[in-house]
Amino acid sequence: MQEKHNAKELLNKTFDALLPLLAVPLALIIGALLLLIFKVNPLTAYWSLLQGAFGSVSGLTQTIVKATPLLLVGLGVCIAFRGGIINIGGEGQLIVGALAATAIAVGFPNLPRMIILPLTFLGAILAGGVWGGIPGILKSRLGVNEILSTVMMNAIALQLSNYLLRGPLIDPAEIERGTQIAQSALLPKAVWLTKLVPQTLLHSGAIIALVMAVLVYIFLWRTSIGYRIRAVGLNPDAAKYAGIPVQFYQALSLMLGGAFAGLAGAVEVTGVSHRMLEGLSAGYGFSGIVAALFGKLHPLGSIPASILFGGFLVGGRSMQRAVQVPSALIDTILGLTVLFVVSADIWSSYRARRRLSNG
Amino acid sequence: MTETKPSLLDQIHLQEMRMEGIVKKFPGVLANDHVDFDVHSGEIHALLGENGAGKSTLMRQLYGLYRPNEGRIYINDKEVSFHSPQDAIAAGIGMIHQHFMLVPSLTVVENVALGLKSSRGPLLDLDVVEKRLMEISDKYRLKVDPRSYVWQLAVGEQQRVEILKALYRGADLLILDEPTAVLTPQEVDEFFGTLKQMANDGHALIFITHKLHEVIAISNRITVLRDGRVVGTLNNDGVTKTELAQMMVGRPVILQYNKNPQKPGDARLVVENLSVAGDRGSDAVKGVSFELFSGEILGLAGVSGNGQRDLAEALAGLRPVREGKILLNGKDVTHTSPNHHITAGQSYIPEERMKEGAIKDFSVADNIILQDHNRPPYSRGSFLDFKLIDERTTELVNQYNVKTPSNKTPLKNLSGGNIQKLILARELSRKPAVLIASQPTRGVDVGASEYIHQCLLEQRDSGTATMLISEDLDEIRALSDRIAVIYEGKIVGIVDAATTSVEDLGLMMAGVLPETLEKQTVAPAD
Repeated sequence: MQEKHNAKELLNKTFDALLPLLAVPLALIIGALLLLIFKVNPLTAYWSLLQGAFGSVSGLTQTIVKATPLLLVGLGVCIAFRGGIINIGGEGQLIVGALAATAIAVGFPNLPRMIILPLTFLGAILAGGVWGGIPGILKSRLGVNEILSTVMMNAIALQLSNYLLRGPLIDPAEIERGTQIAQSALLPKAVWLTKLVPQTLLHSGAIIALVMAVLVYIFLWRTSIGYRIRAVGLNPDAAKYAGIPVQFYQALSLMLGGAFAGLAGAVEVTGVSHRMLEGLSAGYGFSGIVAALFGKLHPLGSIPASILFGGFLVGGRSMQRAVQVPSALIDTILGLTVLFVVSADIWSSYRARRRLSNG
Repeated sequence: MTETKPSLLDQIHLQEMRMEGIVKKFPGVLANDHVDFDVHSGEIHALLGENGAGKSTLMRQLYGLYRPNEGRIYINDKEVSFHSPQDAIAAGIGMIHQHFMLVPSLTVVENVALGLKSSRGPLLDLDVVEKRLMEISDKYRLKVDPRSYVWQLAVGEQQRVEILKALYRGADLLILDEPTAVLTPQEVDEFFGTLKQMANDGHALIFITHKLHEVIAISNRITVLRDGRVVGTLNNDGVTKTELAQMMVGRPVILQYNKNPQKPGDARLVVENLSVAGDRGSDAVKGVSFELFSGEILGLAGVSGNGQRDLAEALAGLRPVREGKILLNGKDVTHTSPNHHITAGQSYIPEERMKEGAIKDFSVADNIILQDHNRPPYSRGSFLDFKLIDERTTELVNQYNVKTPSNKTPLKNLSGGNIQKLILARELSRKPAVLIASQPTRGVDVGASEYIHQCLLEQRDSGTATMLISEDLDEIRALSDRIAVIYEGKIVGIVDAATTSVEDLGLMMAGVLPETLEKQTVAPAD
């Protein structure tokens, strides 16, 4: 009886440990069925995905370029979440960050790099911070639900971008040529981020993001402000009891979240496109949330999670080229993977809890 | 209504319930170790034990909330197996939880009807329910207005509704989990009368408690659990409190403390005409004034829900003051933040330690620095000094006997008693001028309670001004120098602890002014 019981418990625990690992293959198998419907060999498709994302210098560097804004947005999501705030506003915060960076860089074309580059980044961080800070203050002063307000702020940011790129910020060359494409002028070379590997897209923004991940980790777990943010997130009542001004730290964590998304916007314009474009955000503001969740809302865990998602974005394109499937299908497979891994995680913690109460 | 017609209510189907060799394991804990327990019709069987002794676990298995790993349950000599509370209810078992399971926005009748099949199909049959409910209510003198909303009821009334609900569902065996915590001494007497009548009518009652005098007052048999095992089952004839306490704890226990003579000092906390709004908006504390002196323990006695919690929160700066003044160490802190109160030298042990007093996902060490994390010595500049925090935690954990695997262990893995000792360690180590201790030993085992009491008395002797808020009158009387009694948000009176009887305190807890006590005590109570 005793031995049987122990064996069962061991089996249970092994199953729990394997659950998240089983989730990915399971999602890929279902994805394979979908691919079969499109009369595509799943093995070829998956191989091309892997090859595309990680199989070559060009693929790998592109993956890291995509992972960079995901990681920065994800870091902002981590901070806000640790403060008990759910930040869905990454997209809008990234857009206003990019707009601010563009306006500053275009506005002062002749300043030396040492001055204009930090200024550009600072502007983006401030803009993102304001965009996160507004819902933060609404939450702390009036109790406005931050999920709703950050989503609304996304819509406002998008319209603001539409206006600026057709009006004040439009490239004068577009007006001259009469093509009227909604994009800004090319940024002065002084603010372009350094290429890390020649002939590739990889730029120093990746290093910024990595350093930031470590800094955020130190900030949250080694400083007294980080302690306060985590205390407020885990138990606002106890934080209030301890004399911590809860609402201030809720607003602060959302503002910091916005600042990181704003930074991501600056990195995109100065590192990749070198000008503000429509659709620059490319959904990073949302994918960054998923990447952060995948990394268990830990700044260091977000690093591999962002690389994985960056790889999916890049590999997905090569898979699309290799086997000629609609890009929506790739999104579907990505979505399935997220769904399965998150469900597996919830399921295994649920099983663990039930075992604890039921013995 | 006085006619006695045979109805379903009068038939008791459950003659005997027997649990044999019950084993319940949780990871790392043997909660029940081959426990035998039985109760029969017409009997009140008390289940006594410290927190964590396995009382609730045992009863949850009987009520179908847990399944035993080993052992059998018999009802009327037939083996049963409950997969859910529904199975247990169908077998005639009812459980009155410590926290009531009522819907506040529904009436009493609606609460009783909730989840039952209506006799009129899809339409409600509230009149039918009400009629039967009143039958039961009259029979057991469980007075309650069936049409009033639950939120309008006092706690004692809500408890009656819970019992009525169980009886309505045909419960022959009732499990009562710490039912007297919410009642005044007088209400307890009345409640015990009801229990006795239910037993006379053939109901079987299991009474879970840690209050020794109640066990002796009401039960026929007593089973004592310790560390998941039955220490003994005895008939209630001639057992003493001291014997029972020793069985529970496994060693002799102090029930009376030797207090050093009081050294009265200066007024540390002065409260003038304080009014505080409660959760419902109306004033929960109404014009309260008192002074708290260095070197004394002032007990605040009262039935649960008479404004104690609101007063404590206002004193800690957690609840806005509507009117009046709070002077702490001579400083006006009336409309200031909790941080002001903390820096002015106040410590507060909140009533709900897991909700307010600690962060359960933080480590033991992180919880030690809850108020002082941003002050030297714990932080230098903006950075936390982990080495020092760890040393300080080890020091306090050893000094206050907190049992924890390590300083990094998440707090939620500690037992309630150890968490409370940790909170006490944190609050007392801050060397407070004023200490507000709210229910400091609620849900804490006897050993830890004893230790906490000793600590509070030591603090008093070293000059701290302590306000002890407790629903446990024995605790208040054992520790306090003076006792303030609160009723409906007002202080009924402040009396000397040594010379005031329990009966008088009980009357004051029901709102009787101390000036009129002479007359009242002579006149028959109730």
